[in-house]
Amino acid sequence: MTGLLIQAPAPTEATSIAARRGRRLWTALRRSPKATVGLAIFALFCLMAVVPQLFAKESDTVALTFQPEVPPSGAHWLGTTNLGQDIYAQLIYGTRQSLLIAVVAGLFATVLSVIIGVSAAYLGGLADEVLSMLTNVFLIIPTFPLIIILSAYAGKGNLTVVLVVLIVTGWSYGANQLRAQALSLRNRDFLESARVRGERRSYVIVFEVLPTMTSLIVANFLGAALYSVLTAAGLQFLGLGDPNSASWGTMLHQSQANLALQTGMPLWSLAPGLCVALLGVSFALLNYAFDEISNPALRPVRRRRAR
Amino acid sequence: MRYLLRRSGFFVLTLWAALTLNFFIPRFMPGSPLQALRDRTHNKLSPQALQEMLTSFGFKPNQNIFVQYVTYLGDMLTGHWGVSIGLTLGEPVSKIVNQALPWTLGLVGVTTILAFLAGSFVGIVAGWRRGSTVDSVVPSVFVVTSALPYFWVALLLILVFSVWTNGALPSDFNYDNTLQPALDWTFISSVLTHAILPGLTILITSIGGWVLTMRNNMITTVAEDYIRMARAKGLPNRKIMYGYAARNAFLPNLSGFAMSIGFVIAGAILVEYVFNYPGLGYLLYNAVSNTDYPLMQVLFMLFTVAVLVAVFVCDIAIAWLDPRARAKG
Repeated sequence: MTGLLIQAPAPTEATSIAARRGRRLWTALRRSPKATVGLAIFALFCLMAVVPQLFAKESDTVALTFQPEVPPSGAHWLGTTNLGQDIYAQLIYGTRQSLLIAVVAGLFATVLSVIIGVSAAYLGGLADEVLSMLTNVFLIIPTFPLIIILSAYAGKGNLTVVLVVLIVTGWSYGANQLRAQALSLRNRDFLESARVRGERRSYVIVFEVLPTMTSLIVANFLGAALYSVLTAAGLQFLGLGDPNSASWGTMLHQSQANLALQTGMPLWSLAPGLCVALLGVSFALLNYAFDEISNPALRPVRRRRAR
Repeated sequence: MRYLLRRSGFFVLTLWAALTLNFFIPRFMPGSPLQALRDRTHNKLSPQALQEMLTSFGFKPNQNIFVQYVTYLGDMLTGHWGVSIGLTLGEPVSKIVNQALPWTLGLVGVTTILAFLAGSFVGIVAGWRRGSTVDSVVPSVFVVTSALPYFWVALLLILVFSVWTNGALPSDFNYDNTLQPALDWTFISSVLTHAILPGLTILITSIGGWVLTMRNNMITTVAEDYIRMARAKGLPNRKIMYGYAARNAFLPNLSGFAMSIGFVIAGAILVEYVFNYPGLGYLLYNAVSNTDYPLMQVLFMLFTVAVLVAVFVCDIAIAWLDPRARAKG
């Protein structure tokens, strides 16, 4: 969005400045209730992804161990599926894949958009024309139908295919924003002075341009991660994911295929959907909080006690 | 004028890129239409008949790939879309698409525009009344709704309004299929009640983004000098709000609207799938699960064209509303 440009100080003590900026960001994050809630949800999901054993006893979520279609009880908090798998355990063990897709796809899409957006702005001329044309074309082509078609051709379920497709289709929005901001930075004095010092282009881009764009890059990562969570879950929901994988989207697909809503097992459908929603909400909240931090005009007004 | 010409050039290029992707994806991906067709017809048709059928949608593996490409482009643009090789074997693709198109346009088109207008309005109010109760609640609420998955909202609505109420609102198909389509009240009301839940789903999930961007634009605009000037002139508040601030803040939102059509299409596919609503998105799902290549190709092209048309309309609107866009050329 309209990120406020942060004027970078002289780059002599880059590390201490980076550390100070990091601390400032941290305090700003802690002060924002939106960011706190977002971070808390995200941390909980991370914990569930790393040590699922802490949350659920049954580690084999595919085995048909229990009686089928048991309603929620003390032994099975969310009941069991029509085949007799514990829904709660599936939910916990499904966290890992959904989180992995979000973070990995978000990360690589952001890297791609930084590379393309910033070099377009910094190189200028023909390179800029070509790169921003590419960005705009990718922005317009409807990605979800493309993803559906690609994953249908490429064989169902392959996690790598899903990741690659999410990265290829998820970078263009960020590249557009980053290019706009990098363009407005291009003629700043501190970049001019670096050029006069005779620094290499790569040095200027990595050590001078990028640090001033940190908050926008982080916001882009969050946006791309949100996009990946929702898209991957949608894809798996349609049955285009790996049918044997433990993930929320697959659970949703199974429950939908077995008419869980209509046959009195609504939790089977709603619980994994809620997890997708919560993960998405945590990214969206963090993203908005970053927007507020980088653009003070958007912050909640403090005179009256807001919230 | 130059502005519109340049944009038109860009549209042609994008359409070409999409069509090219559409041409090369099936040819470089594993899985062959011939095999899919053989499975579908359970080996009942002779290989010649199968070949012929494939030829009719432009699959000629022995021909020069460049010639294939040129014929394909011509066929796509002139509406020679071939025949379906999926569930509706042998049916012309254009006929299938024609049946589904009005439903998607009616449901998705109308709700999207409604969500956009309503969202912009809420954003205008929230941004204008900075620091009020409305403004303190709006961002948090809509950040949350904008991140909800379409299908989850759909499932929730089905559970609450259809399952728990013993089918008070229908959650399946586009109209009660015991009825004959006719222009009478029973049929129209059936169509409308069947559209409530899917429409509500799209509305709830897509409104948030437009509220937030509109609010942000509004806040930036309200800080401008010409707003202070209008205040100093003693203009009525309402006039400043709509005539000065909202008018300018609306422009970036309009271009954002065009860009987000792609996301709306993604949502529409999921919503139509959940509600078995026989529109283009449901058709795409069927085409994919039955490996109906010709239908897939045409649908992808149509989705691209839909986005392009939306962007084009918004471009014209912006050029008309904003002298700066005209002047920039």
